[in-house]
Amino acid sequence: MNFWRAIVLAALAATAPALLAGEIPPDARRSGYSFMGPDTRAMQDDDSSNPGMLFVLDGEALWTKKAGSAHKACADCHGDARSSMKGIAARYPAFDKALARPVTLDQRINLCRANHQQAAPLPYESRDVLALSAFVAHQSRGVAITAGDDPQLKPFVEQGRNLFMQREGQLNLACTNCHDDNFEKRLAGSPITQAQPTGYPLYRLEWQTLGSLERRLRSCMTGVRAQAYDYGAPELVALELYLMSRARGMPMETPAVRP
Amino acid sequence: MARSTVHIVALIASLALVSNTSAEGLAPYKIVGDGIAESLTGSPGDPARGRALVLARTTTCILCHSGPFPETRFQGDLAPDLTGAGNRWTVSQLRLRMVDASRFNPDTIMPSYYRNDGLVRVGRNFTGKPILSAAEIEDIVAYLATLRN
Repeated sequence: MNFWRAIVLAALAATAPALLAGEIPPDARRSGYSFMGPDTRAMQDDDSSNPGMLFVLDGEALWTKKAGSAHKACADCHGDARSSMKGIAARYPAFDKALARPVTLDQRINLCRANHQQAAPLPYESRDVLALSAFVAHQSRGVAITAGDDPQLKPFVEQGRNLFMQREGQLNLACTNCHDDNFEKRLAGSPITQAQPTGYPLYRLEWQTLGSLERRLRSCMTGVRAQAYDYGAPELVALELYLMSRARGMPMETPAVRP
Repeated sequence: MARSTVHIVALIASLALVSNTSAEGLAPYKIVGDGIAESLTGSPGDPARGRALVLARTTTCILCHSGPFPETRFQGDLAPDLTGAGNRWTVSQLRLRMVDASRFNPDTIMPSYYRNDGLVRVGRNFTGKPILSAAEIEDIVAYLATLRN
């Protein structure tokens, strides 16, 4: 039987063009924004109708609020976020020297809380961590993504790329099968995007709230019936890093709105 | 001599395991040519149940395929329209395509619906289970065979 399988495969390989995973050329990259309808675009474009802006405003309030036993606010060290945080989110996940691995913006916020504010970590996907990261990332709106440029990140970008290319789950699908090879086709009526993470944290109408890229990655994994990695898992950070480096040069949109 | 005989017996036993199409918990099936001629359950499927299964989100069919389903708005276009599937494929071919489409194209995005091994990081609720049962595959095959135009 394996013999016959080999023959069938060889015959097919000889006659059918192989649908190999192909990476998207830089000039063909598109934000998820370009796959949306006019109503959702308008919602993102107008700050007074973009529900993500409510989180940005909450984050702005948290920025100047003292926290932890050190009684320090983010602003006490970082000053005016409009200048100090401009472009920061565009290079995250970034390499942390003490941990010798990349950390996400959410993890950086909690490292700051632990090391400088002596405050308890904010749980993943909690309103406060999303608000703070939305506020910080909003300062990079329009800034070109540079994540992954640090040479120390190279092995982690590679790890993320390998995870992106690996089939997994009961449905045995890799990220690349949809997001490199089949974007703009329709999965049950909804267009598949290129998975360019330009607007996180973003407001997802399906969620009725703001959410992180990790939440989005976990729901894709659940969709292919794979065991989703835990929040903060090195694999999710590596995937986030790969996706951000794959979107290198694209402008940040935080807070984006998506269906 | 005796030891090498044991080795040969062990080798034959392991080959038998490798070539056994029935992974644990799955009904055995035999691939003949480019299809599986015999029903996985030993009896024919029910096309009416098969149509309902194709339209059910949980089977995943219409996430990628469209077809003659005027009552359903959200159908995928990642894969060929199922209209006329019964003209294009025999029952035997349809059955093998459902069971393991990767035999025809290792790069296909169509999952193998009757397989429970060789997969990576399967979710806890799905571990060791095929996507569809033998009976569900027979119902869907019976329905697809009726799609003739």
